Amino acid sequence: MMKLRYIEADKGLTLETAECTGCGLCRMVCPHEVFAMTEGKAVLADPSACMACGACAMNCPVQALSVNRGVGCAAAIIRGGLTGSAPSCDCDGGETSCC
Amino acid sequence: MTKGNGVRIQGQKAGRSAACCNAAEAKRRPSVAETLTWQEVPQAATRLTLKDTLGAWRVRWGIGRMKFRVQPGLYAVGQPGPESEVLVTANYKMSFDLVRSQLSGRNLWLLVLDTQGVNVWCAAGKGTFGTEELVKKISETRLAQAVTHRRLILPQLGAPGVRGVEVTRRTGFRVVFGPVRAEDLPAYLDAGCVATPEMRRVQFTAGSRLELSPVELVSAVRPLSVVMAVLFLLNTTGLVQAGWRELMALGLAVLAGGVAAPLLLPLIPGRAFAWKGAVTGAVAAAIWVWMASGGMPWFSVPGTVAVMMAISSFMAMNFTGCSTYTSLPGVVREMRVAVPLQAVAACAGALIWLSGYMMQGVI
Repeated sequence: MMKLRYIEADKGLTLETAECTGCGLCRMVCPHEVFAMTEGKAVLADPSACMACGACAMNCPVQALSVNRGVGCAAAIIRGGLTGSAPSCDCDGGETSCC
Repeated sequence: MTKGNGVRIQGQKAGRSAACCNAAEAKRRPSVAETLTWQEVPQAATRLTLKDTLGAWRVRWGIGRMKFRVQPGLYAVGQPGPESEVLVTANYKMSFDLVRSQLSGRNLWLLVLDTQGVNVWCAAGKGTFGTEELVKKISETRLAQAVTHRRLILPQLGAPGVRGVEVTRRTGFRVVFGPVRAEDLPAYLDAGCVATPEMRRVQFTAGSRLELSPVELVSAVRPLSVVMAVLFLLNTTGLVQAGWRELMALGLAVLAGGVAAPLLLPLIPGRAFAWKGAVTGAVAAAIWVWMASGGMPWFSVPGTVAVMMAISSFMAMNFTGCSTYTSLPGVVREMRVAVPLQAVAACAGALIWLSGYMMQGVI
């Protein structure tokens, strides 16, 4: 299947290579093959495919990774804008929840 | 012992041993004398009933979505023993059903976290499928007394919520992230808990895009009925003669944005969802002009086309939330451009449509 590509945007995805121990967990948990391993360290091989889910930063044992995680959902952004809160899926909202 | 939510005792057939990853680890016995056996926990049947399937169908159409959940806790699949693997999932019934239906003939434990009926990925994003809940469920269910090994297999998409190293530090259990999709579980388990790169990648197939369409359509019902009520009121004033042409335009626009745009997602050039929806909306509008615009005041036709494109664009934009590859800053970027354009197209289009009727006979 062809890889679907979304609009380029800054997700704040950074990798401190000096900190990286090369455990490969980031590569394992990433759903979009953003990472590759070269010379025993992780590298950002395809950062534009990142959707900022936060799995890599959450699981990096040495906190070498960071990313501004968030939901890429227009309906959540609209709801967040109307209620003045951060965009979230808000599935506690009863029957109208989507995911 | 019958529990609700499609969870039933299964026949006592011998199954394959599910212990696969690092069998040496399983040798260590816990010091606790009290052990928890599979007879003491509810069974998760691996065969789905007609009721399960109908339930999933209903939820896809947005009916009773938030009631589609199972009791969180520890379940037995087959007759698991102290060395059997432990799989972790969410208490959204669709997630639970997908996982258990892949496990027929196996003996393993299924630990169901309380995600308030939300699927693994969304719940991980919110943190309800998270470190805290996992740690809590491990202790609540006395999992350490059911198994001698200290290993949990989590769905990969639970990773945004679960910090493996912290779970290990607090419970002694090591977290292993398994495949993204439940249907890859048999191959993953048979391979000794090794996931291929393919199993680690999130996909967004035409099938799954189409599965998500009904919920989008259902969400359009309420705003559409408001529009129809307004049309009806305008009709009663005698200003316009809105009828099947307008209804057809609305219906086609909703289908263009809610079904055609998601389905044709990779085929429509451009990356912004709002743009893709405008494209399918334009095609739908062309079909409408060709087939159904005859008889409408000619000045109202371009107005209707603008409204159709705005509706389709908006609906496709909302599909970003259903997709598996959009990012928050990306969606913000597209909305900054798209929302003002949609608003202008919808308002100006409606005014042009209205003025077409009002100028009928004048021009």
